[in-house]
Amino acid sequence: MIKVLFFGQLTDITGATSVEIPLAADTDELLKNLSEKYPALNSAKFVVAVNKKQINANTALDLQSTIVLMPPFSGG
Amino acid sequence: MNLSISYNRYHRQIRLKELGEEGQRKLLNAKVLVVGAGGLGCPALQYLAGAGVGNIGIIDDDTISLDNLHRQILFQTADIGKVKSIAAKKSLQALNPEINITAYPDHLNTANCIDLFQHYNIIIDGTDNFATRYMVNDACVITGKPLVFGAVSRFEGQVTVFNAKDKNGNLSVNYRDLFPEPPKNGEVLNCAETGVLGVLPGLIGTMQAAETIKLITEIGEPLINKMLSVDILHNSFFEMELVPDKKSKEKIPADRSAFEKMNYEWLCGNYDDVKEINMTSFKQLVNTPGVIVIDVREEGELPLANEFPNIKMPLSTIAQHLGAIKEETVIFFCQAGMRSQQAAHLLHQYEKNQSKIYSLAGGIQQWIAEKKLGTYG
Repeated sequence: MIKVLFFGQLTDITGATSVEIPLAADTDELLKNLSEKYPALNSAKFVVAVNKKQINANTALDLQSTIVLMPPFSGG
Repeated sequence: MNLSISYNRYHRQIRLKELGEEGQRKLLNAKVLVVGAGGLGCPALQYLAGAGVGNIGIIDDDTISLDNLHRQILFQTADIGKVKSIAAKKSLQALNPEINITAYPDHLNTANCIDLFQHYNIIIDGTDNFATRYMVNDACVITGKPLVFGAVSRFEGQVTVFNAKDKNGNLSVNYRDLFPEPPKNGEVLNCAETGVLGVLPGLIGTMQAAETIKLITEIGEPLINKMLSVDILHNSFFEMELVPDKKSKEKIPADRSAFEKMNYEWLCGNYDDVKEINMTSFKQLVNTPGVIVIDVREEGELPLANEFPNIKMPLSTIAQHLGAIKEETVIFFCQAGMRSQQAAHLLHQYEKNQSKIYSLAGGIQQWIAEKKLGTYG
């Protein structure tokens, strides 16, 4: 299992600030699995971080990886 | 300004060996523009004025309302109805008469943005919507100004410094590196829709002031290429490293003239095919045959709308249910009238203008506000 953390209004979709899901080989596969489990993630906007670092392309994962989905906030 | 005159005022921070008299002199010479004198802008302004930032600009054309006061700490109940930038200047000048404060009671737009930013060294984003946030970000990239970014949602906040020089002298990431394209209207909810605990922007705005002071005095480690996320409900702080995204460059207007042609409102999906309906017309239509009223809020959102007939169709899953709408007049509503615009837009696209589609202006909040005023019998 691998830990995924959700911030902001993404927690409305997942119902939790973190979920454990089966390990995926890379972030593309992980995001596909996540959006099957939570279809509303498909229309949500977020940036992905692996081990506290933003990623802009598909990234390999291992059991120690921590994944974060961070949405934009607009309020002020 | 003679620093020795003000020595007493700034004594406690001049005593900090990292800051000292040199740091204080840098603060007094600095020029900082705060965009938005709201929940983030007020605390940021208060600490910057207290710290002796010598030149502070405030741009905001909005007026103070009662529901601002739980978080916009520069204002008093007696200030309701006054223009925020002007009231903020008055309050700050009373706190520190030794600095220059300029209020711009204007709406920031692509025509005035670049000229205004060029008068300042650092820009602070205290705005409350994506259209302005993207405009401010792009203008900072074009003018080469560091942007101290803060944003809040419910119990969570984000702080970072965009477009500043890192330790190697390279420009740091900007907002487009995180989110190249703005979300459409309603995709991400604002404070009016989701609510916000007053102390949260207090905390985030104060951190923006701290980041600004660190940038000016060149002490510590500002959040350059890093974003700090704060959750006050669980007292958790999460810091992540930000990296440039090559898509970012293509999205930012190349120069001033391209910037002036940008339509940031349109980019954020303030849809031109959506008709809004006011409360009076809504009242007339709501019980008419052939009219369906649809609540697009998510499950569990309060208050319940049980004073007029309606069905629930949460925006997050509405795309799958649009085919079920058969009525000739459709009125969407949500909490504050933003998400319902997106729903109306989606239905327009789906059925190519077969029915009359409206979005209730101001949403359920407006219904409640007018009910309290006794607008309805």
